[in-house]
Amino acid sequence: MVRVIQLPTCSLRRKVLIRTTAILSSLVFAGVLLLFLGHNPISVYGSILEGGLGSSYRFKETLTRMIPLALTSLGIGLSFRMKFWNIGGEGQIMMGAFGAAFVGLNYSHLPQPLVLTLMGLAGIICGGLWALLPAFLKVKYRTNETILTLMLNYVALKWITYIQYVAWRDPEAFGYPKIPNLESSAQLPRIFGIHIGIILVPLLVLFMYLFITYTKKGYEIRVIGENELTAQYAGMPVKKIILSTLFVSGGICGLVGMIQIAGVNRTLSIDVSNNVGYTAIIISWLAQLDAIAILAASFLFAVMVEGGSYIQTVYQIPQAAASLLQGLILFFVLGSEFFIKYQMVFTSKKAERLLLEATTEPIQE
Amino acid sequence: MNIQWFVLFFSAAVVSATPLLLATLGELLSEESGNLNLGVEGMMYMGAVTGFTVGFMTENALLAVAAAAAAGSVGALIFGFLTITLRANQIVSGLTLTLFGTGFAGFVGTPIVGNKTPQVIIDTFTKIRIPLLGNIPIIGDIFFNQDLLIYFSYLLVLAAGLYLYHTRWGLNGRMVGENPAAADSLGISVTASRYAHALLGGALCGLGGGYLSLVYVPSWQDSMVAGRGWIAVALVIFSKWNPYKVILGALFFGGLDIIGFRLQRFDLPISTYFLDALPYLMTIMVLVIDTMRKDSFSKAPQALGASYFREER
Repeated sequence: MVRVIQLPTCSLRRKVLIRTTAILSSLVFAGVLLLFLGHNPISVYGSILEGGLGSSYRFKETLTRMIPLALTSLGIGLSFRMKFWNIGGEGQIMMGAFGAAFVGLNYSHLPQPLVLTLMGLAGIICGGLWALLPAFLKVKYRTNETILTLMLNYVALKWITYIQYVAWRDPEAFGYPKIPNLESSAQLPRIFGIHIGIILVPLLVLFMYLFITYTKKGYEIRVIGENELTAQYAGMPVKKIILSTLFVSGGICGLVGMIQIAGVNRTLSIDVSNNVGYTAIIISWLAQLDAIAILAASFLFAVMVEGGSYIQTVYQIPQAAASLLQGLILFFVLGSEFFIKYQMVFTSKKAERLLLEATTEPIQE
Repeated sequence: MNIQWFVLFFSAAVVSATPLLLATLGELLSEESGNLNLGVEGMMYMGAVTGFTVGFMTENALLAVAAAAAAGSVGALIFGFLTITLRANQIVSGLTLTLFGTGFAGFVGTPIVGNKTPQVIIDTFTKIRIPLLGNIPIIGDIFFNQDLLIYFSYLLVLAAGLYLYHTRWGLNGRMVGENPAAADSLGISVTASRYAHALLGGALCGLGGGYLSLVYVPSWQDSMVAGRGWIAVALVIFSKWNPYKVILGALFFGGLDIIGFRLQRFDLPISTYFLDALPYLMTIMVLVIDTMRKDSFSKAPQALGASYFREER
């Protein structure tokens, strides 16, 4: 017989061991699938690594991909801490990019530092407001935030489509539906071939770590996540904290939108978020919302995405393989949580009977 | 707007309501036993791509539809194993299933993007007028001059209602969703009931996806499900976990889904992009209005979203 026993605590060593085993198992599982499709899994994995890290150019491309992933994961991770399931990162990025593009297209005659600052602020405000709306409805009417934030993603997508195809369409683009490019004063400067948005990554990681671990606000957010009632009894202004946290969470996503248009795409288009909002959900869960682990996981995922586009050209494996692999990894990690909380004990029939005799007193409810 | 336009519009609304109806029924069955599976979108994608691929290769309508349902069940099985057996968080597991299903559809579907559904299958699901019922003016044209899968979805609504309120299994399943500990003490297997409802629900979600790729579109296109799975999750709340009310919600959203396209010829002073956003905006409105009422969640299964572990009670 198998008995399941709940573990009171779990050592860090055991946790790391279990999670590593889970990730490795998912890679083995995906490898078997690749084998069935007629590919050599080891060489495919090798190519993913080569595509993501193989040359200084590819490494820079990977780092550029890591920037939005890490920042967005930190942003939505903040709302996940309160068990507020904000899956609207995608829409918040788009609306932030929209606000930033408005500033960038209309005020590019101002000095560059001022334009960029204003763009960043516009991005933060637009993304923050886009997250504040579901937060408000959640605290006021307890409306399901998961569906709200997701629906707002589609609304944002339709809005940007309208902006790109109708409202701001460049009449000089020969009928091609695109918005004019940003002037150079509205573009992020570069260092070592990467736009300076990368500096924000370590800064925000450090800030998040200190904020969550050492500040009063961070403590309050953690308590609300553990138990909202406890937070209420302790006299915390729960609704106010949820609203302000969601504004910050969406604001960070909005800033990502600004960074993407000013640092990578050089214009606003419907591709600005490029599934970053969804991938960030996996990353922040995989990293258990730990700021430093988010950095590591974002880098890993950036390698997978960059390598994923590489294997598409080499093996004709569709790029969606990367998201399939990400889903698989998360499935395995989710399943492995069981072994962190519980332990399986295999007992013989005889031991089972002895145990039954030893626990004949009535079970307390 | 004459009567003919009206009939055509509502007849088309019934068609675009069908994937929503199937997926909503599926999610409702799943939720009744306590599984809050947010992977509807993913299961619809899995059903859509698998149904299409099988239909494309075998040119057999029945096999294609069965494959779509089976694919949805496989998605639900992953969800069930994670949340029922391994007691993982239902919300995160459901979200992951959505991401996985979308990735799966992209992976399997990329090589066949743009291919049309075989003519044999399109012919199988051509509109058939039902004798007598189909002759009723207006109503007959709208509801009883449709394809086989739509008639099947009508039957499914009736079957789901009978099942949930009048059969032992259905009632047991609802008890598991309300109070798993009580059901357990009566000797009802919580695990078996939750697995059964999750799988059944997944099959219907897969079928809804299959309807999109095999009948509604009918070809394989990227991002075809386009949020319908999430609208289905909202429709379950909207219908207050009552299978008969699902029809109303699905029809309403089916109508919204096509209104942009249908109104194009009237030269309205509004961009079609705004009309395209209507289903999503209305989902938000409906959810908010619904939750503004105090009793809105009183109809929800009490143990919805909670894993059950006998030793923990």
